[in-house]
Amino acid sequence: MTNMKRRTFLKGSLAVGALGVAIGTGLVTPRVVLAAWPKDAFKATTVNDALKSLLGSSALMGSSKVKLKAPDIAENGAVVPVSVTASIDGVDSITILAEKNLNPLAASFKLGPGTEPYISTRIKMGKTSSVIAVVKAGGKLYSTGKQVKVTIGGCGG
Amino acid sequence: MAHTIKIRARISGGVTTVKTLISHPMETGQRKNKKTGKLIPAHYIQEVTCLHNGKTVLDAYWGPAVSKNPYMSFRFKGAKKGDKVTLKWVDNKGQSDSIETQIR
Repeated sequence: MTNMKRRTFLKGSLAVGALGVAIGTGLVTPRVVLAAWPKDAFKATTVNDALKSLLGSSALMGSSKVKLKAPDIAENGAVVPVSVTASIDGVDSITILAEKNLNPLAASFKLGPGTEPYISTRIKMGKTSSVIAVVKAGGKLYSTGKQVKVTIGGCGG
Repeated sequence: MAHTIKIRARISGGVTTVKTLISHPMETGQRKNKKTGKLIPAHYIQEVTCLHNGKTVLDAYWGPAVSKNPYMSFRFKGAKKGDKVTLKWVDNKGQSDSIETQIR
């Protein structure tokens, strides 16, 4: 019995050793999940650059099929509720931008095959600007914008 | 980092609505500490993933412009009562949390 335990122990330590080597040589990155985070798009300072970097194009088609719900006046720029709905088939992603933020890109949502084209969330806005919803479907970008007036900015102190 | 996520998944008419609330500072890195005048380092969630029975239904990339204690809601089809929904997040400091719930 003791011998059996010793066998398992040895096997275990061997396996751990192999994994350690893999991490050390960069074969397995511990932060694999973060590898895909589009840093350049989030650092971009204009809507065009952010879209080009994130979605490969900034050719937006204004469409009434994309509905953006946001307040006309946001009393507190730190919490602006935004929801996006699209009546388009085969939506790949929904992206939300605040045009005049230092970095306009706020969030981008990739949808799975059974996921409905609907997202609701809350964003921060530095000052009065347009909020833009961009829906990617079939390689095309559909968008809708809405002006939101911000009385207290949410990005400064 | 225990229990940072609140999640509700409810099915009605074949469509599951997921609502989540995460407690997180979502610090932009542009705010100054008023006493010291120094910038507060950025600390925000970068990626949020939601799985239904192990399949990705939503993969979100967030920047610092998502509000503090982020709220998110979305809907998906093809689930039934009792199915498992998992949500996980990772922030720019490598911290993370995940939660599993059943569709009601």
